[in-house]
This record gives sequence, C-alpha cells and structure tokens, in this order.
Amino acid sequence: MTEPFEFEFFVRGLIAATMVGGLAGMMGVYIVLRRMSYIGHGLSHAIFGGAVVSFIMSINFYVGASIWGFLSAVLIQWTSRRRSISSDAAIGIITTASFALGIALISRTQTFTRSFDAALFGNILGVTGSDLVAITVVTGAVLIAVIVGYKYLLFATFDTEVAASYGVPVRWVDTAFALVLAGTVVVSMQVLGVTMIAAALIVPPIVARQFTGSFTRMMVLSPLIGASAGAIGIYLSWFINVSSGASVVLVASGFFVVSIAYTSARGRLLTARGRAGSA
Amino acid sequence: MLHKSPHPDLHEPPLVQIRGLAAGYHGNRVIDDVSLDIMRNDFAALLGPSGSGKTTVLRAIVGAADVYAGDVLFRGESVRKSRPRIGYVPQLEAIDWNFPVTVEQVVLMGATRNAPLFPWFRRKDRLKAGKILERLGLDGLANRQIRELSGGQQQRVFLGRALVSEPDILLLDEPTAGVDMKTRDDVLHLLDELNHQGIAILMTTHEINAVAAHLPRVICMNGRILADGTPRDVLTPDVLKATYGAEMPVTEYRGMTLVAETPHRFGAAARNGGSSGNGNAGTGHGHGDNGHVHEEVVAEVPACD
Repeated sequence: MTEPFEFEFFVRGLIAATMVGGLAGMMGVYIVLRRMSYIGHGLSHAIFGGAVVSFIMSINFYVGASIWGFLSAVLIQWTSRRRSISSDAAIGIITTASFALGIALISRTQTFTRSFDAALFGNILGVTGSDLVAITVVTGAVLIAVIVGYKYLLFATFDTEVAASYGVPVRWVDTAFALVLAGTVVVSMQVLGVTMIAAALIVPPIVARQFTGSFTRMMVLSPLIGASAGAIGIYLSWFINVSSGASVVLVASGFFVVSIAYTSARGRLLTARGRAGSA
Repeated sequence: MLHKSPHPDLHEPPLVQIRGLAAGYHGNRVIDDVSLDIMRNDFAALLGPSGSGKTTVLRAIVGAADVYAGDVLFRGESVRKSRPRIGYVPQLEAIDWNFPVTVEQVVLMGATRNAPLFPWFRRKDRLKAGKILERLGLDGLANRQIRELSGGQQQRVFLGRALVSEPDILLLDEPTAGVDMKTRDDVLHLLDELNHQGIAILMTTHEINAVAAHLPRVICMNGRILADGTPRDVLTPDVLKATYGAEMPVTEYRGMTLVAETPHRFGAAARNGGSSGNGNAGTGHGHGDNGHVHEEVVAEVPACD
C-alpha cells in the first residue's frame, strides 16, 4: 500500500494533484454559481493553443499560456456582455478558435516534435519541481485573492448588475477572476490534462452544494472535496495504471454519485416523516 | 406634461435631478427627454405600461443604463462622476433563488462598500444587519437560505440589503409584484414609515390603486413623462389614456381615487366581427354567456390608511 510513496515523482505528483484539486474546487464554486460551467473546458482548450504558440516562440510555458488564457478569459467576458451573445456561445467561439489555432500551428510547423499527450490527458510522471513551485504560487495567489476579495466576489457572483450599483468594481473583479482562472487552468494542465480540467472545476462545487446551502461552507467544502479527489485519484492511478487526469475525475465523479444518492435518500426520508406527521 | 410637480415651492435643492435624459440599452432609446426632480422627502411611484421605461429611469439613476443625452444629478453632482448612496432593489424575478446564500449574507452585501478595504464584513456591519432584519420582521431567519422564504419575506430581505447601505434614496423596481394584497399593504406601509424617517423613495409599479391609496406623488410615463403630481391630479382618464393607450374610468371611494377596469364586451366584439374587444383596457373579465355586460368594474379596493 505504501509502495508508491517510495518514488519521489509519485510524491511530487500526489502533492501537485492534491493542490490542483483543491485549487480547482475553490475556483469551481464561482464558476458554477456564475453559470459558466463550460468555461473550464473551453479555457483549457484555448490555453492548449497558447501552449503551442509558446513552444514555437520559445517562450516559457507558464508565461505564454497564462497570458494567452487570461486574454481568452477577458475576451469571453467582453463578448458575453453583448446581449446577443450568451456566455456559453462566447466560450465556444473564442476557445475553439484558439484551440484550432494551436492545431493549425502544429500542422504547419515541420519541426514540431514535442508530444502534447500529457497536456491533453494529464501525466504525473511529468510533474517537475518547477511545476510544483508554479502550482504552489498560483494556489497561494488564488487563496489570497479569494480571502481579500470575499465580499466583492460574493456580491458580483450573486448579482453582477446590482453589485455595480452598490459600488462593487465589477469590471475589475471580473478581470481579476479571469486572471486567477487562467492561472488555475495553466497549472492544472500537467496533472489533469486539457480534457479533464472541466470536471475537476465543476464536480467538487456541485457535490458540496448537495450538502450545504451556505456559500461560506461551500467555499470550504468544495476545495476539500477537490483535494481529496486529487489525492485519492493519483493514489489509485498507480494501482489501476490509468492516466492521472482520468483517475482524479473518476474519483470526483464517484463523490458526485454518492452525494446524489445521499440527497435522494434524505429527500425520501423527509417526505416519509412528513407523511407520518400528517397521518 | 399634463400636471406640475407637487413640490413647486420647496426651497431646498432636489436630491435627484434628471435633466433631458435619453437612455436605453445598446443604442436603443427607451426613454427620451425625461426631466424629473426627486426631493429629499419624496415618496413617489412611476406608473406606465410594460416597456414604458420605468425601470430604465431607475437604472439610469444608478448608472446601469446607457445614457445618450442629458444627465442625472445627485445632490447637484453627476452620477457618472460620483457614487451616491442609493439603495437599489431590482425586480426579484432576475434573482437566482438557488444561489447558496443566507438571508444575512444577502443583507450584508449592501454593506460591501461601508469598509471597502476590509476583506470581510465587520462585526459592526453584522450588528446593523441584525437590527435591520429585526425591524423588517425577519429576525430568526438570518441563517435561512433565501429560497426558503415567502415572496413578501424575500422582498423585505432585498429591502434590507438596500437599507444596510445607509441610502439617501431607495429605488424599488416593482416591490409589490407577485405578493398578496396583505403583503403588498405591509410593504407599502413599511416604505411609508421609512419615508417618514427621512429616506426618499422612488418606486415603479403596476398597482395603480395601491399607489393612489398610499403614495403622495405619482408620475405617469410612457417613454417620456406624461404627468407628475398627486394621485388625485394625475390619475385622470385623460392621463391614463395617454399613458396606457386605453380608456380607464376613474372613480372615488371614501375620498380615494380609484381606477376602474373596463371588461371585454364579448357580445359587442362578436357583433363587430372582431376579436380584440376594447383593446388593452385591463384584465377584467366580462360575462357574455348570459348577456350581462358590466361596463365598468372597480378593480379592487385598497385598504384604508
């Protein structure tokens, strides 16, 4: 049972997955409540385009992909402010175009030899010391942003338009949110992969929501669920020999099934009690 | 304008001055050439059909509508340059009732800028929110999720959010929509009480008779201001026809002005071969099956103050 802990790369991957799971769970609360669940999926694809551009231009991945992701997120927010374009349509257009640009550049560049399998599906074997530093820095920055901006983020998420009339700098809040979201997706790519990030962002807050009706408690529960899914998923991936991203998401999905079973059972129990009370 | 403002002789400057305002959204003008003064002690209602620009007037005051001409001044300063203390209560139909927030959290949102650099809500803000909840009859519900409340309680929660911001004026968008008559009466009495404590109130509503019973000032509009004054002066058949584009008879009951509804005349419509009866005169229902047609029906009799 303790065999994988003898390997430094596994411990590194476990720490990375736990932090990334917690980070995604924290950001996911805002994403789900803003009804932008698709943004994680879209932004990870957009950042894939940025990653390819960074590689071709020999720019550091974290710098290039973060800038690309940030600009994509801001562009999505800017586009979806137009009444004729909904946010899911804006996400679909901008992120798919960005992803397509990445694919087009790969196709056009003859000397392109790098494999992007890890970026697509996640691979803890590839988590380096510098990846761990990047994840730690982003997690710390997001934690500070969420704590410092708590009341602004809450109001802007609940009721954006009215928040502005009460003096909340909504545009700045949105821009800061786009920045930390881009950072989250960029550092999550190596562990979870482009194709799995969306679930890591969405499932923990949905599970947390089944157990609480309080925003504050949801902000505590969701990162805990995400971090647990990250740690358990990586641990299991060692034994069942599947990609780290898939393993983490399957564990999170298991949590989701359990939460739905719990709320259904509770609902039936309350209904039965109500009937017994009226009898 | 058919009637003048009821405040011609007040010496103090208006709290809000709307001057030649044209506003709307994404290039579409909803209101045009709107000029209006709201005084410090005003309790006024904006009346008009759906799409007449009532909400746009409120949104222009809080800076949430596109302004194409004119300006809105708060204490003499443009709202584009300053952030006046305005308690805005939007239409509740836009609220996400499944959002995981408690009553206290919603009320506290109004205190967000009371201490802009402080990350959380202070103890002082929580105490104030508690007092407001008590005043609104919501004590004991602070930790309830907003979805669990009745329509009247939900309305009061959002009024609480506006009050905790210590506003000089309350702007309420249809605060009596979707609630029963008793709750509507309670809400209007509460607003009246707040008004007597020095808070100016401007609200939109479709409840003409409730306005006539409770509010001292009525403003009728349909893209522009059509009349402004006391209910007795403003709620006349001429003004109502200009506002709603329909005949709306007016009557008196115990000294109050009441607007009647004119039911569809199914028999007349059938004879004329038309289907639209008398247009959009109201929501009254005729009784065409036995041949009796009520010409005028008093819609409802509001509670007396």
